[in-house]
Amino acid sequence: MSIERITSIRGSALPLRGDNIDTDRIIPARFLRSVSFEGLEDHLFEDDRQQAGAAHPLSRREYAAAAILFVESNFGCGSSREHAPQAIRRRGIRAVVGVSFSEIFFGNSVALGLPCASVSTDASRVLIAAAEQAPGSVFELDLEARQLSGAGLTVPVTVPAGARDSFLRGTWDATALLLDHYEEVEAVAARLPYIRA
Amino acid sequence: MDTADRGKDSAFRARAPRVVPSPNSMPATLLQKVWDAHAVRQLPNGQTQLFVGLHLIHEVTSPQAFDMLRARGWRVRYPERTIATVDHIVPTRDQRRPFFDVMAEDMLSALERNCREAGIQLFDLSSGAQGIVHVIGPELGLTQPGMTIACGDSHTSTHGAFGAIALGIGTSQVRDVLASQCVALNQLKVRRIRVTGTLSRGVYAKDVILEIIRRLGVDGGVGYAYEYAGDVIDRMSMDERMTICNMSIEGGARAGYVNPDATTIDYLRGRRFVPAGEAFDTLAEWWLSLASDAGATYDDDVEISGSDIRPTVTWGINPGQSVYVDERLPGVSDVEGSARSAVEEALEFMGLKEGDSIAGTRIDVAFVGSCTNARLSDLREAARVVRGRHVAGHVKALVVPGSQAVRAAAEREGLDQVFSDAGFEWRGAGCSMCLAMNTDKLEGREICASSSNRNFKGRQGSPVGRTLLMSPAMVAAAAVAGEVVDVREVALVD
Repeated sequence: MSIERITSIRGSALPLRGDNIDTDRIIPARFLRSVSFEGLEDHLFEDDRQQAGAAHPLSRREYAAAAILFVESNFGCGSSREHAPQAIRRRGIRAVVGVSFSEIFFGNSVALGLPCASVSTDASRVLIAAAEQAPGSVFELDLEARQLSGAGLTVPVTVPAGARDSFLRGTWDATALLLDHYEEVEAVAARLPYIRA
Repeated sequence: MDTADRGKDSAFRARAPRVVPSPNSMPATLLQKVWDAHAVRQLPNGQTQLFVGLHLIHEVTSPQAFDMLRARGWRVRYPERTIATVDHIVPTRDQRRPFFDVMAEDMLSALERNCREAGIQLFDLSSGAQGIVHVIGPELGLTQPGMTIACGDSHTSTHGAFGAIALGIGTSQVRDVLASQCVALNQLKVRRIRVTGTLSRGVYAKDVILEIIRRLGVDGGVGYAYEYAGDVIDRMSMDERMTICNMSIEGGARAGYVNPDATTIDYLRGRRFVPAGEAFDTLAEWWLSLASDAGATYDDDVEISGSDIRPTVTWGINPGQSVYVDERLPGVSDVEGSARSAVEEALEFMGLKEGDSIAGTRIDVAFVGSCTNARLSDLREAARVVRGRHVAGHVKALVVPGSQAVRAAAEREGLDQVFSDAGFEWRGAGCSMCLAMNTDKLEGREICASSSNRNFKGRQGSPVGRTLLMSPAMVAAAAVAGEVVDVREVALVD
């Protein structure tokens, strides 16, 4: 059971351009043919990488050690497959920063202790350009201070209060919390008209 | 049905509601009422802990959840409120066990083992009730108004058609629901989308939802639940409402729903998991009381004229990139900024040119299937178009019914014969070529006219395969013509 508090993430960034990048692109469905999440990182953006060749940021050596993924808007839309943030996290990425995220992707990421922080469209452009121009630049996402800094830049980030609180308190793995005061759950269930006493 | 199943069935089914919560005094939306009925408490992080009334699981997103549960020594709290089926990986041609597809066999075996150990009812291939999880839930009457429903699949939004709050969740949340029968959720805003007027001939629910997504954007729904309302929605059958709610997620909405009404009640009466007699009447009264009140306030309100909608086809790589079949593709110079590069990227991937007409686009494959459009009414509409016609010589066409029950009902009407005579393959039930986790997939750069829900790059199994989303009738028309055509010109539709 994880109770790790996540307050900041520091490391180099991997820039990934494009709005509406869906989870089928992040991890194509054929790699979901498994009963575990193991090895998913090897297939992260597999088809995009194949099509872009050596130019794809994920194929470039200078981004191999990246800890933060820079993206644009509506990242992770489409399928609810947790395999998408699993593949990202297993690749060594510990935070995603972009303009906006699909809600299911966002929630799945929280459950893995992978913060997704939002920045303005302008900030996103600047950050992606900075990571492209100087790969290896170190950035720090500070959840407590709600800011991202690095490459001579400091930009404010937003993380919905509930998620941010969960990271800072180390309660992002929700199961134990949901099992707390279980008599309250049973009381709600017993009141529901469609559940037999 | 064996005795064990009967026992499980009745454990799920309510005998008679004990307490019917009184309606709120303040006018409220259905979302608010259902939310309040299931809210356990507010969590320290501000989210609400919600009880989940129905949990649906399948073979792709649940095995890891069961493993996590075992690793932590937790048990399944309410096994009678979780129902399983197998859909994503099932072969649609030869379904004998063990499957030729070894990995598919492993995944189904894991599901069988997990269900057996936890005491969860599994509708497998031998049950006669197997099918796409979002087709069988409603069909069996598992899906009911006023429920909170969760499933490790984004198209869980389908069940909102009944006036349920239906949420697609990831595997960690599947674990949470198995362990606690609860999810943690942020409060949602509600956008009412009223579709007014009357749909023209040849315009279907699929066209309506594609129109909504085109207008509001693929991320327009982020933070919202969509409440679909208005004359067009009111007149729709449950099948049509399911098509609409199914693609809420494609518009970025966390959920989508339609208020329960007489159509909902009529659909549910007599279904396997729905109580009968007095218990039904009491439940039905509760269901109707959950509909949004006249004076309810919405965070946003949108009106769309249904009368103006025409048969719609996607041309790009997300479901918001669509045009009417008699329209031309957008010009790159018509759009600005990042939207322009998105249009360029989509046109390039699709091999289409700006300003081209979508009609006349040659297709290689025609797929009638998926949780969006593989119910009996969808198959009837497609069959109506192909009856007495034949699929074009260069087109591979297949019909994959949404469930074994849909397949059987269609066969009773002779639809299988209509499709076979026309050159369609008539398959077993499953997700099939919607996401190509079985052996049904596009090859190379094939273009598929598809009644499914996603036209993402690589979605139908070939990394460079291309998808054109449209209604089942339009898929049928395209199959016959060998290219995208206006169904209104091919077949007499009403």
